[in-house]
Amino acid sequence: MIPQSPSKSSLPNTLEHRPEHSSQSPLSVHAMTVAYHKKPVLWDVDYDATPNKLIAIVGPNGAGKSTFIKSCLGLVPKAAGLVEFWGMPYRRARSRIGYVPQRESVDWDFPVSALDVVAMGRYRHIGWCRPVSRKHKQVALECLDLVGMKPFASRQISQLSGGQQQRVFLARALAQQADLYFMDEPFAGVDAATERAIIEVLRRLKGEGKTVIVVHHDLQSVPEYFDEVILLNMRVVAAGPVREVFTKENLHKTYGGRLTLLSEAAEAVARNEIGV
Amino acid sequence: MTPGTGPSSIQDVTDEWPAIAEIIETITLRAGHNTNMVIAGTTLLGLAAGLIGVFALLRNRSLMTDALSHATLPGITLAFLILGAKSLPVLLLGATITGVLGVLCIQLLLRHTRLREDASIGIVLSVFFGAGIVGLSYIQVNAPSGSGGLNHFIYGQAATMQPRDVVLMGAIALAAMIATIFLLKEFTIVCFNDAFARVDGWPVGLIDLLMMALVVVVTVAGLQAVGLILVVSLLIIPPVAARFWTDRLPRLVIIAALIGACSGYTGSVVSALFPRKPAGAVIVLTAGVFFAISMFFAPRRGVIAITIRRQKLRMKIAGDHLLEFAHDLGETMISRDQYLGFAKLHAWSKTYTAMVGFSLARDGMIERVNQGGITLTDAGVRRGNRVSRNHALWEQYLVSYADIAPSHVDWSVDLVEHVLSEDLVLELESALRKRGVVIPEHTIVGGR
Repeated sequence: MIPQSPSKSSLPNTLEHRPEHSSQSPLSVHAMTVAYHKKPVLWDVDYDATPNKLIAIVGPNGAGKSTFIKSCLGLVPKAAGLVEFWGMPYRRARSRIGYVPQRESVDWDFPVSALDVVAMGRYRHIGWCRPVSRKHKQVALECLDLVGMKPFASRQISQLSGGQQQRVFLARALAQQADLYFMDEPFAGVDAATERAIIEVLRRLKGEGKTVIVVHHDLQSVPEYFDEVILLNMRVVAAGPVREVFTKENLHKTYGGRLTLLSEAAEAVARNEIGV
Repeated sequence: MTPGTGPSSIQDVTDEWPAIAEIIETITLRAGHNTNMVIAGTTLLGLAAGLIGVFALLRNRSLMTDALSHATLPGITLAFLILGAKSLPVLLLGATITGVLGVLCIQLLLRHTRLREDASIGIVLSVFFGAGIVGLSYIQVNAPSGSGGLNHFIYGQAATMQPRDVVLMGAIALAAMIATIFLLKEFTIVCFNDAFARVDGWPVGLIDLLMMALVVVVTVAGLQAVGLILVVSLLIIPPVAARFWTDRLPRLVIIAALIGACSGYTGSVVSALFPRKPAGAVIVLTAGVFFAISMFFAPRRGVIAITIRRQKLRMKIAGDHLLEFAHDLGETMISRDQYLGFAKLHAWSKTYTAMVGFSLARDGMIERVNQGGITLTDAGVRRGNRVSRNHALWEQYLVSYADIAPSHVDWSVDLVEHVLSEDLVLELESALRKRGVVIPEHTIVGGR
């Protein structure tokens, strides 16, 4: 049981009693606060994911985008709050959750091949103490094929380009066969072919009824690639369908001065004021 | 130490080469029971350490192992002080306790301070070792029975190995092998990407604990034979040497175990033949020799292989430049002056210029003519064409795709098509034509 603090005592801590959080939602975040060294990174975040959507998390550097994902997954401890998946705690839902970490988070000189890495997505289906059987290798190979990396299956992973490494990570997540995916900056620094491959995979996942939450840094492609967006800057500024939420006003609230300067400059150019 | 045969008197200062017969006897385990025990024990120890060292290395725990082994000393002295006599199991238990305590201290420092890992390891290692040395000197002065050979734990004394020690080493090696066979998958996922493993539902802490426990067991078992200063090298050197030979984890584990076992075996045989050479140090030196051989001579990752590969690439790029130069001139013959001028422009040394010419001639791209000039062969002309075309296309690619291009650009490839798709090449070609750049034809695909 989660001990209730006096100030929150009015909020019951089970989902049944909390009308704003649906047990249909693949991810419900309730009053989550995360802090590093006493400095809050995320403050009192509330969020409900709509099922079967491609969802982007955007926000300025240091807004806590990655931290949001990591604390949902229990990789970073929460200072307060509750995260549930389909109304269940993480421990009971994790077999339905897939994860693509940031590419830089691992040592790519590790002595494994691309196929070996993708096979890691099969490990939980294989279970303890058993080797990767031919059947599971086949699944891993099919996942590599989905991201266009089948010809590179036996390459040592350090001999892949950055974009190819990213696709291997994506294939590994596919091999997990999850219902809810978290992807941490999959588009960061990738080539055009990889970007296309990732988008194809995202759409395929959506077609299969899955939900994907993606930390994203390129504002321009948000309306094209995603259904919903979470605008994050230590708190959730706005969240919902891209058409409703991805407005200039909300972006200003999220990015503050930095975006203002940019857009003002753009407007100035448009009005041909520069040089006057 | 070999009983009987070898030089054994204390006045005998120089090493005598042992007789061939003696060497063969020792190598084939016929040099007596004691020697065999030492050889078997250190071989098994090397095997277990090589095996487990792979995971310590891949988990970036190699240096922590050093702190662990140094932190065993205070435990040994404390156990001796409390018990007042030398009983190996108790001493090793004490060693284990403070060793693990040392590792926990490092973890605490990392979690609760902003110290970096190297600093934390340095502090724990030196403080624990210092405490051990103080304890040791206290024992030497005050204990009624003397220190009882406790300082053997610092440098190791394999010669004292008993049959039960060999059984212990065997058990540890067996445990390490069984764990590796059954948990290779679990160890791999935790070492490669612990965050992913955790999300995937694996108990990362437990798996880590198991790996660390094996490391602790191997370290403590190695104290007696190799000594606490050198035991870490048995965990580090075989895996890093093995890494030069393979890119596959299962093979890495096997090779590391073999290198470890060979080091243990060779080291103890040598030290049996030259009795005053401490086995531990000789074992480590043998491992060092294996490392040096691997580093230089491994076929793909070795220093020599890499140097040759790099040199070949440099030659190819330089040769390509020269052929492209000829192509741009529209000549098939380059005079000596033109050649030297070109070399000067590219800041080639005299030797280098000669080497480029030699390598081009060897590849059949050029023929030498009188007075140091050169003529391009048909193959050389074709190559010049192709290089020129590739370069034009790469330039255009960088212009068109400036944001994502650099990671793909490879000026040295045979054909730009090997890296970029056919469609993209066509697109680049039309872009070049629009800019009025003449693209050399590429009619001979596949031929060199």
